[in-house]
Amino acid sequence: MLEVNNLHVHLDTPAGLVKAVDGVSFRLEAGQTIGIVGESGSGKSVLAHSLTKLNPEPPATYPKGEILFEGENILTMDKKRLRNLRGKEIAMIFQDPMSSLNPVFKIGRQLMEAIQTHQKFSKKEAHQKAIELLIDVGISDPERRMQDYPHQFSGGMRQRVLIAIALAARPKLLIADEPTTALDVTIQAQIIELLKSIQKKYGTSIIMITHDLGVVANLADRILVMYAGKIVESGSTADIFYKTAMPYTWSLLRSIPRLDAGGTERLLHIEGHPPNLIHPPKGCNFHPRCPFARDACLQTDPPLSEHGTNHSAACILSKPEFDKEKQAVAERKGVLLS
Amino acid sequence: MNTLLEIKDLHVHFPIKSGVLQKTTGQVKALNGIDLNVKKGEILGIVGESGCGKSTLARSIVGLQKPTSGDILFEGNTYTDASAKELYELRRNMQMVFQDPYTSLNPRMKVSESIAAPLKAYKKTKNLESRVKELMELVGLNPDDHYNRLPHEFSGGQRQRIGIARAIALEPQLIVCDEPVSALDVSVQAQVINLFQDLQKKLDLTYVFIAHDLSVINHIADRVAVMYLGKVMERSNRDSFQTHAQHPYTNALLSAVPLPDPDKERARERIVLKGELPSPANPPSGCVFHTRCPKATEFCKTNIPVPEERGVPGQEVACFYPVGTEEKARITL
Repeated sequence: MLEVNNLHVHLDTPAGLVKAVDGVSFRLEAGQTIGIVGESGSGKSVLAHSLTKLNPEPPATYPKGEILFEGENILTMDKKRLRNLRGKEIAMIFQDPMSSLNPVFKIGRQLMEAIQTHQKFSKKEAHQKAIELLIDVGISDPERRMQDYPHQFSGGMRQRVLIAIALAARPKLLIADEPTTALDVTIQAQIIELLKSIQKKYGTSIIMITHDLGVVANLADRILVMYAGKIVESGSTADIFYKTAMPYTWSLLRSIPRLDAGGTERLLHIEGHPPNLIHPPKGCNFHPRCPFARDACLQTDPPLSEHGTNHSAACILSKPEFDKEKQAVAERKGVLLS
Repeated sequence: MNTLLEIKDLHVHFPIKSGVLQKTTGQVKALNGIDLNVKKGEILGIVGESGCGKSTLARSIVGLQKPTSGDILFEGNTYTDASAKELYELRRNMQMVFQDPYTSLNPRMKVSESIAAPLKAYKKTKNLESRVKELMELVGLNPDDHYNRLPHEFSGGQRQRIGIARAIALEPQLIVCDEPVSALDVSVQAQVINLFQDLQKKLDLTYVFIAHDLSVINHIADRVAVMYLGKVMERSNRDSFQTHAQHPYTNALLSAVPLPDPDKERARERIVLKGELPSPANPPSGCVFHTRCPKATEFCKTNIPVPEERGVPGQEVACFYPVGTEEKARITL
């Protein structure tokens, strides 16, 4: 349904040119959920915004690549078609549910506006539809809540309203950019369950952008791991977690404390911090922090290569080499491998 | 182990003022009867969702917030009514690390000045430069390269290191850490957690470690207190925190945390709590958790449970219907 080919997004900032997305390709099938995982500055949000061309231009430019949505290239679409596409076929929800709603309009009005923009409904029909949507996303007493303003809703409730607005035109694809990051864990669990039930009910495809590996473990069919504007590993959720083939993903998985672990073992820590994308490191972007790095990593920037069926990683180490060295790295870092 | 810090029936209420005359029309009960103690050399983890009062607790412990009632004792001495001079003496032994490494450092002060500030305040200026460099090395900063730099030249993780160096400068006994890793990137978080653990061993420190992330607390704390609406719901040892949690709220929190393991994640049963956190200005009657609790009965609406041991040694739970072993087994992690 969605096919991204060799996408480049550059941001022209006063400090220099940031290659925020640097040659990204992936495919999304209908009804599938893809998780895009990365730390801040990895380019995951810029990538998500590119999918509906929402990055402000300037500073953003799209020098290379294409984004095909049902065969149509979004990057070359005219404004009218693009406007029709956004919200109707591809909808987005964002991290901060407060700033995504207009504080001076009632929830009902904002929801009905979203409904009437894309569908020819009378006011009465739109009102009825709004109530249905609010019930869908689990807001009780929807008739009365439609008369409320955003500030009268809690963070979790606002995120539900935004999901309702996003679903107003029954989009085929829902892009969720860190939708649970600002929420407490119990509310996060509610929102994740809600997204799953919506997908089941309407068959919506979901692209979930997050820094939390736990969230995608639950939700995603496939995972793309981003680092410094590139996809460094992509595969099925099981492959990423159990057959990790890229040192960054591997280190990241071992650097997070786990609730199901005893708690006393030491965390593997990744040295340094994510690179500056104006002056990215030579060779592989991860090599300055990589515990597996060797001289060759300074010279070559490895492309994504196949490590299994539909599983690829950007690393010069072959899977057997990588597996052989893990133990040594863990010992050197003073951590136990389970 | 000796008790270093004792908190007894601590209440902190904030008045709600409204109208032209700013009459007090209500109270936000941020802390509503907290009992805790911290032993020397341990890490007490405090976990709870936003609005549960954990930051108010941190501020009360270091004397930044005057309690409405109740008592806090450090090495057996109360300081809730301490004068500025007494607090000054106290803070030599008690320091704090803040959440936001961007706003907790003065942007115009060089790194060395920020770290030297507590040393100057306590007139420990002998060999100041070498002491600052020693501290920088302890927290993993490069004293030659970083000494004269300004905070904006550092990443979040490095800034948090500066904050930690400043907190350990006076060799305090207790450090109160208020969400010290929650603003950091995943890959950097582990560096700072490891640093906290290394320093504790090296310098024989005691921490009160506050976080909303249960995985972090489970990893670092020796004992855990779970807070909800200004009250402690459950106190447990690390060994039993995750495996024998008895309070329905603790279990709901544990089951809500997504695990970075797809097989386990898909197999487990999740307790999804109904509704939202009630307002602390108008907390529910009886047990404060009853409005969202899957096990609540009429009894919970009128009676207030007190924390008591219920079959798991060293674990106290404030609940009339604690989660039993069989029930717990179904909520596998």
